[in-house]
Amino acid sequence: MLTDRLASWLFIVGMFFTGFGVPAIAAGADDHALVAKGEYLAKAGDCIACHTDPGGALFAGGRALPTPFGTIYSSNITPDAATGIGNWSADDFYQAMHEGRFPDGGLIYPVMPYASYTKVTRADSDALFAYLRSVPPVNRPNRPNDLQFPYNNRQLILGWRTLYFNVGEYQPDATKSAEWNRGAYLVQGLGHCAMCHSPINALGGTPESRAFQGGLIPMQNWYAPSLTSNKEAGLGEWSIDEIVGLLRTGVSHRGAVYGPMAEVTFNSLQYLSDADVRAMAIYLKSLAAGTPPGPESSGVSSSESSLLMSLGQTVYQARCVICHGSDGSGLPPDYPPLAGNPSIQMESAVNPIRMVLNGGFPPGTGGNPEPYGMPPFAQTLSDDEVAAVVTYIRAAWGNQGTAVSASQANALRKVPLD
Amino acid sequence: MSGRLVCAVLMIVALPTIWSAASAQTPKAPDTLEARVRACTPCHGVQGEGTDNDYFPRLAGKPAGYLTNQLIAFRDGRRRYAPMNYLLEYQNDDYLQKIAAYFSALRPPPQQPSVTEASPAVLARGKTLITHGDQMHGVPACSGCHGPKLTGMEPGIPGLVGLHASYISAQLGEFRYGTRTAPSPDCMQLVAASLTEGDVAAVAAYLASQPVPADPSPVARGTLAMPLACGSEPH
Ligand code: HEC
Ligand code: HEC
Ligand code: HEC
Ligand code: HEC
Ligand code: HEC
Repeated sequence: MLTDRLASWLFIVGMFFTGFGVPAIAAGADDHALVAKGEYLAKAGDCIACHTDPGGALFAGGRALPTPFGTIYSSNITPDAATGIGNWSADDFYQAMHEGRFPDGGLIYPVMPYASYTKVTRADSDALFAYLRSVPPVNRPNRPNDLQFPYNNRQLILGWRTLYFNVGEYQPDATKSAEWNRGAYLVQGLGHCAMCHSPINALGGTPESRAFQGGLIPMQNWYAPSLTSNKEAGLGEWSIDEIVGLLRTGVSHRGAVYGPMAEVTFNSLQYLSDADVRAMAIYLKSLAAGTPPGPESSGVSSSESSLLMSLGQTVYQARCVICHGSDGSGLPPDYPPLAGNPSIQMESAVNPIRMVLNGGFPPGTGGNPEPYGMPPFAQTLSDDEVAAVVTYIRAAWGNQGTAVSASQANALRKVPLD
Repeated sequence: MSGRLVCAVLMIVALPTIWSAASAQTPKAPDTLEARVRACTPCHGVQGEGTDNDYFPRLAGKPAGYLTNQLIAFRDGRRRYAPMNYLLEYQNDDYLQKIAAYFSALRPPPQQPSVTEASPAVLARGKTLITHGDQMHGVPACSGCHGPKLTGMEPGIPGLVGLHASYISAQLGEFRYGTRTAPSPDCMQLVAASLTEGDVAAVAAYLASQPVPADPSPVARGTLAMPLACGSEPH
């Protein structure tokens, strides 16, 4: 089916192929403003993360996106007539963003986050389209997806759509401030934060009722914490300035971004205006307002504690104190605190285990161009030592996380880093 | 009402202490590159001298331009070693350049070369290749680019001393098979392709058996008439 669709598509493309890219539309002053607006919105939507192959041409697609069902390759969205979206109209583009359909009505895989982009206004969609028309056209045919049966049948997307997809632009909440509404529009729409920060079910859908409740990102094995609970990454307890600082610079006095969130900060959030990030912060803070702080699960049992905790403390003293301090207070914002940091006490211990195995550098951003790094310990610590030190930081200094086993640490060693 | 008064009184009493606390330095991470690159030193050594792990290369003293090229290649995936690709993924060129300059300027105390098990014949073959090349088989002398003391040339050619044999042979293999590439013309790919497996083992063994000279600084740009053009060594 897929190959059929592709074959006919390639045939059509072949007929249109001229060997020349579409020249960028001649632009007047209004067009310039529209293009600039679209460029900004493309940052807000982080289109580059999926549509640009590392080291490859801007928006020429071909980036492999592994899913539990096989690999999907992003499309060329440059204005090349033969291989990109050069023959699309603004209506076609809006239909893709808003309804997740190709110009011929065919269904787009929801890896393209139109479940969020559907909230984008028509005016913003048109600005995005004007911007995409202005980038250099690149002739690069789309790479066929590599999906297992039956997922290679696009008709299956219909089932997902019925269950999880609600078409519709963002509807402002009249009881809330304009700032709150702007933040909600960006977070729910272009920011597509729910794509990662929601429990992902076997169908790859995110039920709207559980949006922002956190989940393990399939294939990447990172846990995107709940943004609605102060026990995880809920920001109810943070000041607006702290949230703005974290989102724009990647570091804060409470924690730093890493893994997939470092990518979001690097490619998208650091470029947003102070006013827009502030609006997002106000909305995010309200999401978690009123939920109880701190994790509910209580620590490590005493039999576990004697062994794991003493080994963990030894490892911590030898390897971690220099940056995170013996009291776990770190030297924020450069070395994040571990004491009282909810992101290491969450029920899922995936993130702190991976931090210890792989280390990390917060992203280099305008506000923090020369970040401090953490070394990887996969090469120097055994599974037992990793489990012990992670257990230790989850339970020391009044932290309330649970114990971690050597087999959990071992399993995460094998996760590919890229 | 009385509650508020108590508060106000407390505030007045407390203020001087708050002030003194604020003026006392809040601890901060040292504002140095040394502190910033602690993520790198467990593998490359605090002084960039390398470690006894066979595969973790020395960085100290290599030309800054060369190190910058490597860091950018790791970030963009043109050179692959997953733990490093991962660490550098979201860093900007300017910062990578500073990190490179930092390691380039380090001068760790000289180390003993590793003991070699290679036979005298193998070492002699290695030495010949390095100082004279093998004209019959189209191998240029390594020293024609890497310098008479093998300490490299500014800005893009690295020194070859202070490295382990297995690291050197792995790199030659990667150049040869194109999994490590440099800007075109990629002279090292041509050089590596001209070597037999025996040659690779011989140069690796010889290089690893040489002491690091007292001054490991690379020779100045343009000092050597290179036998081939290299994209990473502009004239
Ligand atoms: C999380 C990854 C991801 C992000 C972020 C993303 N896309 Fe996509 N997009 C995809 C994938 C994958 C496809 C191909 C889906 C398919 O084959 O059904 C796609 C398809 C498209 C298409 C259809 C083009 C075609 O001919 O197939 C358009 C248009 C598009 N994206 C625009 C955008 C824009 C604009 C943004 C930013 C606002 C964006 N995308 C952000 C993954 C993404
Ligand atoms: C590609 C997946 C992905 C997307 C998209 C994403 N996040 Fe995240 N986010 C994560 C992961 C994984 C973490 C956990 C790592 C961390 O704490 O940095 C995280 C952490 C966070 C944290 C907690 C940081 C801390 O240190 O406590 C906040 C706040 C956050 N994300 C907000 C957002 C917002 C707002 C958006 C949308 C603009 C967003 N995220 C989009 C994956 C994602
Ligand atoms: C050289 C300094 C350094 C050392 C040593 C170090 N860390 Fe870190 N750590 C950092 C930095 C910097 C970050 C932020 C990294 C990022 O955002 O990618 C961090 C982040 C973390 C995080 C994530 C915190 C958060 O905000 O969610 C954990 C967990 C952690 N470190 C644990 C450890 C443990 C356990 C050790 C010892 C085995 C250790 N670290 C050793 C510097 C260090
Ligand atoms: C886990 C160990 C490890 C860590 C941590 C690490 N490196 Fe490396 N580094 C290596 C290895 C192994 C190689 C050789 C990789 C190859 O080419 O196969 C290498 C190669 C290099 C090179 C190229 C050297 C040459 O002569 O070509 C540079 C430069 C470098 N690393 C810098 C850094 C910097 C800067 C950091 C910190 C951000 C860092 N490394 C962190 C192990 C590490
Ligand atoms: C024409 C000049 C030239 C000649 C001749 C040459 N090299 Fe190189 N070599 C280079 C350049 C340039 C680089 C850096 C490539 C890059 O930027 O990755 C390099 C890099 C290397 C490296 C990687 C070092 C590291 O730290 O990772 C090794 C090993 C090496 N050369 C060995 C040799 C050997 C052995 C010979 C002789 C058989 C040789 N080279 C001859 C120019 C040359």
